[in-house]
Amino acid sequence: MSMFGYVSPEQAQKDKADFARKGIARGRSLIGMSYTGGVLLCAENKSRNLHKLGEIYDHIGFAGVGKYNEFDQLRQAGIRSADVKGYSYSREDVDARSLANGYAQLVGQVFTHEMKPLEVELLVAEVGVEQAEDQLFHILYDGTVMDEQGTSVLGGDADALAERLDSTYDDGADLSNALRTAVAALAGPGRTLGAGDLEVALLERGEQRRCFRRIRDQELIDLLGPPALAEPAPATAE
Amino acid sequence: MTIPRFPLGQDPGPSFTGLLRQVGRDPFTAPAGAPQQGFVDRHATTIVAVTYADGVVMAADRRATAGSSIAQRDVRKLHAADRHSGIAIAGSAGFGLELIRLFQLQLEHYEKSEGVALSLEGKANQLAGMVRQHLGLAMQGFVVVPLFAGFDVRRRAGRIFTYDPTGGRYEETEFHADGSGGRDARTTVKLGWTPGMTREETIELAVQALYEAADEDSATGGPDAVRGIYPTVATITADGFTPVEEAEVAERFASLINRMTERGARR
Repeated sequence: MSMFGYVSPEQAQKDKADFARKGIARGRSLIGMSYTGGVLLCAENKSRNLHKLGEIYDHIGFAGVGKYNEFDQLRQAGIRSADVKGYSYSREDVDARSLANGYAQLVGQVFTHEMKPLEVELLVAEVGVEQAEDQLFHILYDGTVMDEQGTSVLGGDADALAERLDSTYDDGADLSNALRTAVAALAGPGRTLGAGDLEVALLERGEQRRCFRRIRDQELIDLLGPPALAEPAPATAE
Repeated sequence: MTIPRFPLGQDPGPSFTGLLRQVGRDPFTAPAGAPQQGFVDRHATTIVAVTYADGVVMAADRRATAGSSIAQRDVRKLHAADRHSGIAIAGSAGFGLELIRLFQLQLEHYEKSEGVALSLEGKANQLAGMVRQHLGLAMQGFVVVPLFAGFDVRRRAGRIFTYDPTGGRYEETEFHADGSGGRDARTTVKLGWTPGMTREETIELAVQALYEAADEDSATGGPDAVRGIYPTVATITADGFTPVEEAEVAERFASLINRMTERGARR
């Protein structure tokens, strides 16, 4: 028997993981962050129409990085799953934990059984009544789920970004401060991001049923405030 | 929670009822052996929609009947369909309320999947399809007739759509009322309606229409001051669907009754 073409299981898993990681690292990053008024989702995304952030259910939001068609299909599948569950039982029976587990199973199954793993990382966020009840579930390309506290960072150079964010994150921040912290971390040293480079959405804490809201245009510009490194005013000729 | 996946040809797209069918939960199939006749189901009755300067006022009485007895005194037949539209039902209450729930979910499901809300016309057509799918049940006697109204954010105006049990969809330009007391309510509105009415005038007219319908139709409930049960009323404008506070509806009724007693009306 020829050994040509034999790949050990360890090597096969590693190759798949490397492949998925490479695909994900190519994309821009995004941040999920709990603040006093809810959960902030902030992505670096120049497109106004191809969204990385989305609404899943009343208190649940979705964010994806990696290959757009793959995470967008997963977003749609999550909406389907949540809507059917809410219709079959009750709206309050739909929760982020169960949805995150569903995603983990699906993504994990594709990783193990199919030739090509999904080149995506997902964030399933749920806003709680109190800030301590906010939940951020981070799902990796191989189906690993992480229950993260306070902040979650996906895609791009996630490790360096997480480090920057950890040193500046303040769970008592209001929306404007939380957003500026997130944007500064996304930009990193020597780079600034404006309203046109960002996709921002909130899961707002409160009485309303549907908590997901996009922040764009003037509202986003106002929240971002003046750029940190403002150009000095041109000197006027006397 | 299982995450559903479909092969390309079977993907239901942004349709929630299509999705339910794919997962084996078609809401419109009559259960096997559903009787042709033999029991009395609950019925919901008079519903009204009236356009005015800023949009549409919708109103519905609160009574559900089963045969000649009153099944419920405070049922709600008028609901928000989404931010800019409302739906009310007349007819078989069980399927009617389910139709409302499915329709609300359908609009939300579409909006979340596609990232934009359907146009008002699109919503009206979607509802027509759902009513048509329920034709089998209608043929067995469980007829539901919805009334759909909303604020068209593109045309900047209130619009009203009415239906028949076959899923026929008709647009009314000024007002409409449906259900067993619909004819009396329609006549009342017809006599009092003028173009460009104010919110207060329109609410009072809608409330009067329900009062007159309750006066002529045993299946329509009038205002119940003893229990404090008043019709459900809502306005739909550029700001969205806003329920009118019960206290305000009670006030409108009080002023209506004052006017009628002053006039010595004994019709």
